[in-house]
Amino acid sequence: MNAVEFIFAGMLAAATPFLLAALGELVVERAGVLNLGVEGLMAFGAVIAFIIVYHGGGHFLGFVAAGVCGALLSLVFALIALGFRANQVATGLAIGILGQGLSALFGKSYESMTVKGLPKIGIPGLSDLPVVGGLFVQDIVVWLSLLATLAIWATFAFTKTGLVIRAVGENPKAAHAIGYPVIGVRVAAVAFGGMMAGLAGAYASVVYTPLWADGMIAGRGWIAIALVVFGTWLTGRVFLGACLFGAVSLMSLAAQTTGLDLPSQLLSSLPYLVTIIVLGIISADRRLLKLNGVASLGEPFER
Amino acid sequence: MSMTSLLPTLVRRERASLKATLLAPPLALAAAILLNLGLYVLMGRDPAAVVHALLLEPFLSWSSFSEVLLKTGPLLFIAQGLAIGFRAKVFNIGAEGQFILGAIFASAIPIWFPQAAGGWIWPSMLLLGAIGGALWAGITAFWRVRLNANEILVSLMLSLVAAQLLYYLLLGPWKDPNGFNFPQSVMFQYDAMVPTLFAGTRVNVSLLIALALSLAAWIFMQKSFMGYKLQVGGLAPRAAGYAGFSEGRAIWLSLLIGGFAAGLAGAAEVAGPLGQLQRSISTGYGYSAIIVAYLGGLHPIGIVVSSLVMAAISIGGDNAMVSANLPIAAVRVFQGSLLLAYLVAVAFVRYRLEWPQITARSPS
Repeated sequence: MNAVEFIFAGMLAAATPFLLAALGELVVERAGVLNLGVEGLMAFGAVIAFIIVYHGGGHFLGFVAAGVCGALLSLVFALIALGFRANQVATGLAIGILGQGLSALFGKSYESMTVKGLPKIGIPGLSDLPVVGGLFVQDIVVWLSLLATLAIWATFAFTKTGLVIRAVGENPKAAHAIGYPVIGVRVAAVAFGGMMAGLAGAYASVVYTPLWADGMIAGRGWIAIALVVFGTWLTGRVFLGACLFGAVSLMSLAAQTTGLDLPSQLLSSLPYLVTIIVLGIISADRRLLKLNGVASLGEPFER
Repeated sequence: MSMTSLLPTLVRRERASLKATLLAPPLALAAAILLNLGLYVLMGRDPAAVVHALLLEPFLSWSSFSEVLLKTGPLLFIAQGLAIGFRAKVFNIGAEGQFILGAIFASAIPIWFPQAAGGWIWPSMLLLGAIGGALWAGITAFWRVRLNANEILVSLMLSLVAAQLLYYLLLGPWKDPNGFNFPQSVMFQYDAMVPTLFAGTRVNVSLLIALALSLAAWIFMQKSFMGYKLQVGGLAPRAAGYAGFSEGRAIWLSLLIGGFAAGLAGAAEVAGPLGQLQRSISTGYGYSAIIVAYLGGLHPIGIVVSSLVMAAISIGGDNAMVSANLPIAAVRVFQGSLLLAYLVAVAFVRYRLEWPQITARSPS
């Protein structure tokens, strides 16, 4: 398998933790809330799923529990940032620290242990294509993540639910005046984002690299938040961004195995450096951000 | 009557409550202690042993209290710098990386000039470290001001890059050739060490520098026009704009001050208790300092107190790891819940709870 085939085959799986977490954060931010705790929510979901799968509970139960636990922890964020109108940046950071701490605490006795991943399912015909064939051989979670991407895109494009979420994020006062429950919509969005982050963490710990190591999320939660900016709050672009990061993280792997004479630390930093550079390029287009940005992002709502 | 109308609502106070401002940190600390004790009981630990190790032991002997003072220094440096930015609504959360760069820059002197001697060495190391931290933060400032990029994400990403840069140096060009392949540099010469303050302890002069900088931060924020402009920019960006205060300059200043202070802390760590550049130079000081800054009410004097408290908890956590078999991750759980508890408590500075009047209809 050459490097190009390797990247096509692995890109979607590598992208899935980014994608799930970023889709969740996209919905949260569209509703006007900035939850910076994604890294901790992912770490928390990752450890819960790992413990359940390790003790034979199975992947399905592991994912469900990770989603529920992610949602519950994000509801703590909702209580404090939306209920008590605390600073959303500080609250998100605190949830992130708490989630990472809980993850390290619960995962302590599982360090370096492994579980079995998930089998791959190929699409007959397409998976035999040259070069890009590997793209069509993925595990069930990847296929479901693609469906989730479509569903979220359709929700924002066609449904009233999507419209209400956007109204609450753009102009909460007006949304309230028309009679929409601003806080209720925001709490629901935050819980959804927490669930998605929990699932993203679960995918990282029991499917993508089914081995427990403290700090295994390694900044992916933060990159997911950056992806929402890269995607200028649009579902399709967030998906493309996640694929780009899946490819970048594989490239650093591929470069290490092909014995390219670069320090491994430089390759490990590649996703972070790409984040910084792309963030600079996208943000420099102020018009683009203004056009698609969420007007009331991070501001507490008061009647 | 629906469920939601039974919940109390937050009502904005006429003026901020001074009582709530002063009570918020101790109440949050008490709440966090109770919550975490519950967690330790669930984990099957003896709560009395944990309380003793975590909260009392750091203060029971001079030797452990001196370790608390030692840990206070870096937290105090970083949190004072961060608080100035947070007040201006510039969210530099990359102090961890600025700390690492400070340690790297400071280490350059003893690593490149191991034979050098003289009293000039440690002060130059501190200065160089501070410059290194400020330069690293300057990248974030450039990205924020010139490229309009979110400083939270950029500064955090740069921290992750800084950690990789440190590993590169320690596994490559700066590795101690006689270090049995450990990722660490050579031990620094005597003159590269900050003089200790009390004989028999590791507390050094950098704690005094941190206290002096705290005083400087207080004067800067409360008395100087520049500090005033920063605060107005944070509280009322529009008003600051009308008054001709440049937002870009405020961002540059906030980040450079934050990076300078964090770099100083990193330099003081390698030139103090460590005496060499190591992979584990920081035990998350950059992140803990964010909590310290908030817990101190973003006020220079409050931060002196909160950094001492946080240092004590951190030393207590080390004790509890040994004597009560508590994983070190418990300290991070404690820190996270402490900040959450504080954010709830501080809501009552501006708001009061109003309970729905359910008894109104009943005959009196």
